[in-house]
Amino acid sequence: MTQKKIKIQLKNVAKSFGSKHVLKDVSLDIYEGESVVIIGGSGTGKSVTLKCLLGLVEPDKGSIKMDVQSLGMLFQGAALFDSLSVWENVSFVMLQKPRADRVAAKKLAIQKLAQVGLPAEVADAYPADLSGGMKKRVGLARAIATNPDIIFFDEPTTGLDPIMSDVINDLIVDCVKKLGATALTITHDMNSARKIADRIAMLYDGKIIWVGTVAELDKTTNPYVRQFVAGSAQGPIKMEVKAE
Amino acid sequence: MFQQIMSFINTLGRFLIGFFRASGDLILFTANTLLKCFRRPFYLREIIRMCIEIGFYSLPVVALTTIFSGMVIAIQTYEAVSKFSAEGAVSMVVLVAVTRELAPVMAALMVSGRIGAAMAAEIGTMRVTEQIDALSTLKTNPVQYLIVPRVIAGVLMMPLLVLLGDIIGICGGYLVGVTKMDFNATTYLVNTWNTLKAMDIISGMTKAAVFGFIITVLGCYHGFKSQGGAQGVGQATTNAVVSSSILILIFNYILTEMFFKM
Repeated sequence: MTQKKIKIQLKNVAKSFGSKHVLKDVSLDIYEGESVVIIGGSGTGKSVTLKCLLGLVEPDKGSIKMDVQSLGMLFQGAALFDSLSVWENVSFVMLQKPRADRVAAKKLAIQKLAQVGLPAEVADAYPADLSGGMKKRVGLARAIATNPDIIFFDEPTTGLDPIMSDVINDLIVDCVKKLGATALTITHDMNSARKIADRIAMLYDGKIIWVGTVAELDKTTNPYVRQFVAGSAQGPIKMEVKAE
Repeated sequence: MFQQIMSFINTLGRFLIGFFRASGDLILFTANTLLKCFRRPFYLREIIRMCIEIGFYSLPVVALTTIFSGMVIAIQTYEAVSKFSAEGAVSMVVLVAVTRELAPVMAALMVSGRIGAAMAAEIGTMRVTEQIDALSTLKTNPVQYLIVPRVIAGVLMMPLLVLLGDIIGICGGYLVGVTKMDFNATTYLVNTWNTLKAMDIISGMTKAAVFGFIITVLGCYHGFKSQGGAQGVGQATTNAVVSSSILILIFNYILTEMFFKM
């Protein structure tokens, strides 16, 4: 039996902000070519985990190992650069090289836009002219522009209607498969998680409390996972609603 | 009483810790920016874009400020020196006041309001909408891409703006002198030319370069460190303008004293 290569490894990662311990002990292995989704409620540390992986936040404890050649990232709000046109956003990395070929960069951008279902006319538009769904698609085109071997998705369907969410989910699955990339998504949208994930990990109270496949998700007896999947207010997960 | 003293010490301590923390943060940010100014890659496209934004688009506001300052100085000086029958000093005072003080300081305050605020708002919005994080994931150093071009453009363009402001301000004084005070146009110009010293222009332009640095570094710093959405960006904009205006006035005194001794 051949052992799969680990692409991303989080080992006992902890991170606190002041007295708030956001991540207490996060450990997770992600293998080459698989798509892992981290689910969890708001404020459980999903975004902090992602920021630790991106190097934007330094963990207080633990280690993070990534075997990465090129990295792609789709941000929650797409994070497109307002001052640049759509094609300049998509081909941003290519344009930063010395003596960049702008014609070739635009051609590549149009090709990547087509891959996410956007017409060539969009290339010259500016982010402010686009709808939320289109921005996400452009963000996805930018994330896959360098043919990355690892792609991160931060709440890819937040703020989108159910149909557009499904379109984005399909695009993510399609792009990741075509690239053969390793993907890590954080979301609290269970439809999205079911569609994108090979494996799902649940983050609660600063720890990964459950990991399994989509099929295992429906059979699990873990009360936290069951409550989260059911979207029920009754169960061991208590939402912090404080009345001052 | 004891509790009040402790409360006062507590508040003072918090203020001092906050002040030193912010100062240290700003010093590190400035040092990092300065280091990156001499390191590849250089984003020439961004530098040119910022030069146009700071130099070209600030020209009308600087021109208006300096021409009226020159005119006011001419009137005020005339009012004062005419009592001693020394009207000939008007052109000299206008020249020194405009080149050494008014053009650099007024231009800097105007550019601080226009450019410093815009930089803080633009970079602050980029921070809260994760665009700065996006830059990091796209193999681009945010300081090198966003801050360095702005600082270089500020340091290069401010002296040029002030040089033009000098000419326009002197023209303002000339207009008032010739049209309102019946000075001879040729004599006024000859007096101005004869009074002009290289140090007048050099000191003004040196001040302008320092002010350009202050405006751009503080505008970028406050934007870069902003957090908390629209309110945070608004706060960053206000902080950028207020802190750069204060530092401009402080450094104006320090530089004036330095040049006065030369």
